[in-house]
Amino acid sequence: MAGLATAFGSGAMTNPIADVLKSEVILVTGSNITENHPIFANYVKEAVLKKGVRLIVVDPRKIDLVDYASIWLRPKPGTDVAWINGLLHVIIKENLHAAEYIKERTEGFEELQACVEKYNPEYVSEISGIPSSDLINAALTYGKAKPASIMYAMGITQHITGTDNVKSLANLAMLCGNVGLEGGGINPLRGQNNVQGACDLGALPNVFTGYQPVANDEVKQKFEKTWGVDSLQSTVGLTVTEMFNATEEGKVKAMYIMGENPLLSDPDVHHIEHCVKSLEFLVVQDIFLTETAEYADVVLPGVSFAEKDGTFTNSERRVQRVRRAIQPRGEAREDHWIICELSKRMGYHMDYGSPSEIMEEIRTVTPSYAGITYERIEKEGIPWPCPGEDHPGTPILHLERFARGKGLFSAIDYKKPAELPDKEYPFLLTTGRVLEHYHTGTMTRKGKALNMLYPELLAEINPEDAVGLGIESGDFVTVASRRGDIKVKTIISERPDRGVIFVPFHFKESPANILTINAIDPIAKIPEYKVCAVRVERQKDRTGD
Amino acid sequence: MVNLTIDGKEVAVKEGTTILKAARFAGIKIPTLCYHERLNPIGSCRMCIVEIEGLAHPMTACNTPVTEGIIVTTDSPRLQKMRMETLKLLLVKHPLDCPVCDKGGECTLQNLIHEFEIEGTIYQAEREDRESLYPTPLIHYWPDRCIMCLRCATACREIKGLGAIDIDGSGFNTSITAVNRDKCESCGECIQVCPTGALTENLGRYKGRPWMVNRVMTTCTYCGCGCQLEINVFNNRIVGITTKDDIGVNKGSLCVKGRFGYEFIESEERLTKPLIKKDGRFHEASWDEALGLVAEKLKGIKASHGADAIAGLSSARCTNEENYLMQKFMRAVIGTNNIDHCARL
Ligand code: SF4
Ligand code: SF4
Ligand code: SF4
Ligand code: SF4
Ligand code: FES
Repeated sequence: MAGLATAFGSGAMTNPIADVLKSEVILVTGSNITENHPIFANYVKEAVLKKGVRLIVVDPRKIDLVDYASIWLRPKPGTDVAWINGLLHVIIKENLHAAEYIKERTEGFEELQACVEKYNPEYVSEISGIPSSDLINAALTYGKAKPASIMYAMGITQHITGTDNVKSLANLAMLCGNVGLEGGGINPLRGQNNVQGACDLGALPNVFTGYQPVANDEVKQKFEKTWGVDSLQSTVGLTVTEMFNATEEGKVKAMYIMGENPLLSDPDVHHIEHCVKSLEFLVVQDIFLTETAEYADVVLPGVSFAEKDGTFTNSERRVQRVRRAIQPRGEAREDHWIICELSKRMGYHMDYGSPSEIMEEIRTVTPSYAGITYERIEKEGIPWPCPGEDHPGTPILHLERFARGKGLFSAIDYKKPAELPDKEYPFLLTTGRVLEHYHTGTMTRKGKALNMLYPELLAEINPEDAVGLGIESGDFVTVASRRGDIKVKTIISERPDRGVIFVPFHFKESPANILTINAIDPIAKIPEYKVCAVRVERQKDRTGD
Repeated sequence: MVNLTIDGKEVAVKEGTTILKAARFAGIKIPTLCYHERLNPIGSCRMCIVEIEGLAHPMTACNTPVTEGIIVTTDSPRLQKMRMETLKLLLVKHPLDCPVCDKGGECTLQNLIHEFEIEGTIYQAEREDRESLYPTPLIHYWPDRCIMCLRCATACREIKGLGAIDIDGSGFNTSITAVNRDKCESCGECIQVCPTGALTENLGRYKGRPWMVNRVMTTCTYCGCGCQLEINVFNNRIVGITTKDDIGVNKGSLCVKGRFGYEFIESEERLTKPLIKKDGRFHEASWDEALGLVAEKLKGIKASHGADAIAGLSSARCTNEENYLMQKFMRAVIGTNNIDHCARL
């Protein structure tokens, strides 16, 4: 979420989801929320159906939410900066921007204005395929609304230009004075349940808890003192993608992986597999023997959320309790117990009577969590920042001023995706999730309920393309990219545009990430899952064997 | 403000308030069956009838707005008799299956029958096995137990914006059925609002009676919405998921993953012992062995190649406390900032 942090000084959802009920217009882009954030989607639907809020959906796929939208823009995948700049262009031309707000609360507007000058609707239409009249209509609708809110998810961030895309959305929100007020805001929807918490608590190579930089001496000293160690490193560590690359170069020799399955979730699986194999020592801690765990030297059995106490932080920054409902299965143990035990054996004592004692330590070193105690969140969670025990928490960010002081506009030009379709690989592949499954399927595919509803992978393909390929729903096709190929069953659907094939990534039998490209956004280091070029061919016997 | 009198009590409420809400505000209880806080009034059950001075016929309190100066009576022999008749009429086709019904013990209908002291068997319908036309295999619909209150269809339409189900047929053969099968998202909103045992989870039956299960409030493990849900536990086994209407961002709603996606927890494939790989195969080990080996290997690699030769991945599925400890472990114990997780993904 580096883009938002640059613009505002903080990378989280600015407003609670219930705020959409107070918006005049909601813009949702790159987020299939009815499937990925179903309860947030309820709020959007309620806003549209009961409060008459107008909804703009910008998505290459005809997602279910389109049914509720007053305006749907269908850009070609990977052209986000272009259409957003197009909106900015029209809003400025029509004088709908919030001049007062821009003057008082932001900087960098002149550069932005100069940059978007050339993004007139015709030019944007050429790049994105969005008809210029639709673009203008969307710009006027968003520009005239007060307040308007923006929601986005991985459809925006999983590109090599992911950070640029986010900064562009931040430009749009600030241009119309929509940040720092009820019913407005810009809201990145977090995928996995505790992504927010993992980031907040310092599971990042460049920051300690609460986004305190490892390179800051004062911060470093504070942690050294609390943890009772002499010299913490002040150089930024490796990101996940860099870690794997470093194993190939022999720089990283051992990895300790807790609760992740990069062999299915990360791009270019063949590459990851090779990286993992080149490790001298791999420890995996998980509840199942995942694809990644198969390569481990030692596997440590952790427990599910139902067997542990603790907290999760939701996408709205709300810190909420997790409570143990059942005893751990077999000899499996809570991940916090495992880490403490391992630490002890390495000569460093971590002694906590319970997770609430860990939270007590977190509070002392993390200003944004300082006021959060288990007692206070017993009934209801509190959204950070919560600097003290008498502080109610902060549902809306940047109310009076931005976390970084002034909001920063970024002048950004459109760049092409790393790999576009060509003669040899004429289709665009995009990957994503479906409602019934979750991430790499390690949890959702173990029970009968969710598999009953969505038992096997179905790749979505447009009816016209289906005719071209000579296939019907249920036929198998081979999808090949420059990195590998998989065999998948197809379903003919209006959801993807012509020339685009959509493959969910939860299924280990046909791991979509064999195909995806290991090109990453230079700042956020998010891989480009959403766009790569593939070839699609009908399987001769139609059965897939 | 509108002034009115309910059972002799003077009440002042905002214009547009229903009589039911005004009565609740005044602390007066009116029996209801179809009314649900989260839904617009449905007005299908007629349990909430009240008398208004000057009107010949009783009115349904849940969907009648207050008017200035009205005098309302919520309890009278006539009202009681009418409510009793309403209930008895329901029971003509409703088998009192309470002992084997999942809802027994927390069923609005059962409670009302108890409250009105209705005794003896009234059930007259021939029990026929009607094929269920419910739109999702995860939910079982019991036509006989259904009192046609329409909460389910209303919730599906109003809360989910879907309208997958509706009422169908007439008389004894009325039932709830799929009208838009493809729209159903198997979210279970309909189960959550059903006041009876007409809708039950299809993942298993007779798993535990409501009063025997322990309900533990926690946060969903799947997506960033962070819904609040109760894990229902019986004998250290998970028997279902329920919600509370006034708690959390979800206010009683869940999606299919949160409501039905709990089976993985008790999967046979769960790891229950540490494993150590020897000659390419995993062998079960004790915690002491496994942790000892990990500590020894990590210490060795740190000594020979430096702390930065070790990297850790934390998890967006683990708790805040665990993420904190993981980064503390990598930074303070190993001595590297090579710590990340897959959130970027
Ligand atoms: S729905 Fe209620 S009254 Fe009917 S059988 Fe079940 S518990 Fe008894
Ligand atoms: S499960 Fe959800 S979508 Fe399906 S009928 Fe019930 S409320 Fe509607
Ligand atoms: S299924 Fe339940 S909620 Fe729906 S009409 Fe029947 S009793 Fe009412
Ligand atoms: S119930 Fe569904 S929407 Fe709610 S947190 Fe769980 S997965 Fe997300
Ligand atoms: S509660 Fe009023 S008619 Fe049912």
